[in-house]
Amino acid sequence: MKRSANNYLRAGLLLTALLFVLILLGHFWTPYDPAAMSGGEKLLGPSLRHLMGTDNFGRDIFSRGLRGAGTTLLIALCTVAIGAVCGIAVGATTGYFGGRVDAVLMRLNDAMTAFPSMLLALVLISLLGSGKYKVILALGIVFIPSFARVTRSAYAALRDANYIKSARLMGAGSARILFVHLLPNILQVLLPALTIGFNNAVLAEASMSYLGIGVTPPDASLGYMLSDAQSMIASAPWYAVGTGTVIVLLIFSVGLIGEGLQRRNGRQRYA
Amino acid sequence: MLEIRDLHVKFYTRSREAVGGVSLAISDGEILGLVGESGSGKSVTAMAVSGLLPRRQCDYSGQILLDGTELLHADRALLRKIQGKDIGVVFQEPMSAMDPLMKIGDQVGEALLLHTDLSREDRYFCVLAAMREAELSDPEALYGKYPYQLSGGMLQRAMIAAAIVSRPKLLVLDEPTTALDVTIQAQILTLLKKLNREHGISMLFISHNLNVVRKLCTRVAVMQRGVLVEEGPTADVWTNPQHPYTQRLIAAIPTRTRRKEENEP
Repeated sequence: MKRSANNYLRAGLLLTALLFVLILLGHFWTPYDPAAMSGGEKLLGPSLRHLMGTDNFGRDIFSRGLRGAGTTLLIALCTVAIGAVCGIAVGATTGYFGGRVDAVLMRLNDAMTAFPSMLLALVLISLLGSGKYKVILALGIVFIPSFARVTRSAYAALRDANYIKSARLMGAGSARILFVHLLPNILQVLLPALTIGFNNAVLAEASMSYLGIGVTPPDASLGYMLSDAQSMIASAPWYAVGTGTVIVLLIFSVGLIGEGLQRRNGRQRYA
Repeated sequence: MLEIRDLHVKFYTRSREAVGGVSLAISDGEILGLVGESGSGKSVTAMAVSGLLPRRQCDYSGQILLDGTELLHADRALLRKIQGKDIGVVFQEPMSAMDPLMKIGDQVGEALLLHTDLSREDRYFCVLAAMREAELSDPEALYGKYPYQLSGGMLQRAMIAAAIVSRPKLLVLDEPTTALDVTIQAQILTLLKKLNREHGISMLFISHNLNVVRKLCTRVAVMQRGVLVEEGPTADVWTNPQHPYTQRLIAAIPTRTRRKEENEP
């Protein structure tokens, strides 16, 4: 299949790959120890020594940003993974089988979407306790309904397609039809949803850490750093600006992928 | 080998029975043509035979016996064992009947994958053989292609290959030539006839095209409003239709001679 030039997709993939490589690198090596404090280098502006300056403890913001972005990325990826796997399972069963299962599960879904997602995550965190993995779990659960809804409508649209009927007539079981025949065909709907979900997860993690219910101190995440930066916005504006830029870049590049995928699909929508 | 006994199907959303007591039999190696206009119940009958009846949306009664095995009330597990193995189905629209994201070869071999424990390699050769029998040229090259790369006629041949790959006893053909142009139609009919002759596969051929039925079928059954109005060897029904509906159907076929007669005073 010849793919027409799609600069959104290409730029998105390139930028994302670049960021991922940097973040991965930051996991093993950072210019400075992200936790090392230095009394003599407090609140320095960006310079060649400290690309993004230093914070009130003299820690290198670039190093901390790299490590923090890693944490944010991990949380976002895991959140999307949990949300997508569960959401696809729910959406596939409800969309394909319909009937009573559909009614019950989708009303549960509606009930979950009825709460503001941040509030729901807050409730879950207060039940589970805080920390990196608890945040992942809480956000993952909160993200299930959106994936379930997208998947359900895509499955429902293809359920009675002739090639699904003929697969059934070959004697294929439900599981095979759901995941071997249907799933590849709804991937084009699902992929943009995944990129949007990823972006929402990055933002959700940032907001939760900003509110102080996300990751806990030894870990740094972008949201956590942003809440740190807020208190010194006047004395060290580069802290907030730098951290914010990293978040924006991350979302922007993945958003480009999503946009590119949707353009390639000719903006096909099922929802 | 196939026996339909007093089949009734009534959809909840309709007041009239879609099928109101149809009894039919197909013997080994026979091609039965089931004709009738839209809504006559022929497709519903075919659905019931192939196991596609939406059971939750209709009332149904009667019996469908394939070599003694009851299919109409059979559970999913039993049905799955028979579908694709003993019964092959070919639909009207080959374009939509194939999974757009699955290679032709894999689709043709699906029934083998599900019903036999042949190795990957053996399956490959069976698929090639079936494709050759369906008169697809260069099956090795077609194996790895996707449906959008094939023409309608080739896809319908691939569908037929998929239906015969596991050597079924019965082929249900639901208007398999309607979506194709006339020359391809003729080729497909020749192919079906050859398969029937060489392998003795029985066929239930659903169509509203009487000419096609006359060319292919040994016996013909005519349905109207859910009931069977006439049944018999094709030649007999053709030359001496008993039921007025059949007479009208046959009279409705445009032929060169008739047009001539009409034009002449």
